[in-house]
Amino acid sequence: MQHEKVEKNIGLMGLLIVIVISFGGLAEIVPLFFLEDTTQPLKGMKPHDALALEGRDVYIREGCNNCHSQMIRPFRSETERYGHYSVAGEHVWEHPFLWGSKRTGPDLARVGGRYSDDWHRVHLLNPRDVVPESNMPAFTWLEHATINGELTGKKMAALRMVGVPYTDEDIQGAQAKVEGKTELDAVVHYLQSLGLILKDKR
Amino acid sequence: MSEFWNWWIIIITVVNILGCWILLIATRKMKGSDAENETTGHIYDGIEEYNNPLPKWWLNMFNICLVFSVIYLILYPGMGKFAGVLGWTQQGQHAEEVEHAKKTYAPLFEKYAATPITELSKIKQATEMGKRIFVNTCFGCHGSDARGNPGYPDLTDKDWLYGGTPSNIEQSIINGRNGVMPGFAATLSAEQVDGLVQYVGKLSGHQVNESKAAIGKIAFDQQCFVCHGNDGKGNQAMGAPNLTDNIWLYGGSSTTIAETIRKGRNGAMPAHSELLGKEKIHLVTAYVYSLSNK
Repeated sequence: MQHEKVEKNIGLMGLLIVIVISFGGLAEIVPLFFLEDTTQPLKGMKPHDALALEGRDVYIREGCNNCHSQMIRPFRSETERYGHYSVAGEHVWEHPFLWGSKRTGPDLARVGGRYSDDWHRVHLLNPRDVVPESNMPAFTWLEHATINGELTGKKMAALRMVGVPYTDEDIQGAQAKVEGKTELDAVVHYLQSLGLILKDKR
Repeated sequence: MSEFWNWWIIIITVVNILGCWILLIATRKMKGSDAENETTGHIYDGIEEYNNPLPKWWLNMFNICLVFSVIYLILYPGMGKFAGVLGWTQQGQHAEEVEHAKKTYAPLFEKYAATPITELSKIKQATEMGKRIFVNTCFGCHGSDARGNPGYPDLTDKDWLYGGTPSNIEQSIINGRNGVMPGFAATLSAEQVDGLVQYVGKLSGHQVNESKAAIGKIAFDQQCFVCHGNDGKGNQAMGAPNLTDNIWLYGGSSTTIAETIRKGRNGAMPAHSELLGKEKIHLVTAYVYSLSNK
């Protein structure tokens, strides 16, 4: 090919660059949008209920995902500690996904049911009360902040537009479900719901 | 994976590799590449650009990459549905790891599963194994040193909420425990609560206000005795703590005791049968048992 032609014609060069870059994505990413493994939820899976959804938003706001991944990799060292490795089907309704990559704290993909609700409360308000060597910050304000339920239904409706199967009842009843709950309640509820769908948990 | 996506991936991958290869040959045989010191004709501030061929080492690295990609795609999955000659999968590798570990450790676990806990707690290797499982699973509540935290019992002392025999401990781990103390804010007056705080303190040998403690004793004999017993020594069948040993699950200050009485407490230990399985629970039990039975 003539170097000159490409180098002196920025439009052509741009087009060629786009083609070159898109090759990887076309072969590796695009098919995933259409495969059953990566687009179908696991059998029996339910979307987050109203309170868990609000808890998830608090989780994101406080940046929990900066230190806690939700992605158990298929290594024995991880499955021994956390339980069954994560599979794509568990995350099809996650918008955005919270897999994370930095693990200052333990992975939380299957933390549901592992500790009691009370433990989570104490731990979130001051982690050192139960784990003296912990360097997790205390989230004291969660206890006093109440959830504003006005937007909960709208959030669900928005998620429904991208494929999360919320029903009309879910959306209409959302505000009542989170009425009077604190952010602490919501986060604990969210954490307790994580990763229960695959049985082989730790 | 459908046929369409299968071929989609294969065709893009093959075209990509071939494309790179053709590009490589084309640029290598570029016009004038054999001539020495020929310039491209570009001049920037008097600096000219040589039109030299690609350096040999660079070209060869490119070639090696191409060969590598072909070999990789033959050995490993990548070409659509083609599983690769080696048949490698992520799940397969994980299963292999688990299988290998099972083979290595199963005899050990089996041997120890058949040993009674009282004996097991004296075998160093067994308690070390139990300890590893403990610090991995139980540290969150009981602490990595097993000395407990407010609300979560110290496992190194002789005080047991649900009993400290090997089978008691094993049961606690397998099925979990739910300790519930109701709150008495609605049924007891402030004076009674205050009295109870004094009385309960007295049971554990604290210095107390005797007249208040007397009021407390009356309330205790009406309500608290049901779970904690007439003498305040508790009831291991329902996990009601012994109030006479000056060991406090939630804290022994007057304020904390008053809070416990008013609001009640919920102590929950999750069930671990599914989480750990029999053999590991057996080892953890031996470790926990060994802590207070040296």
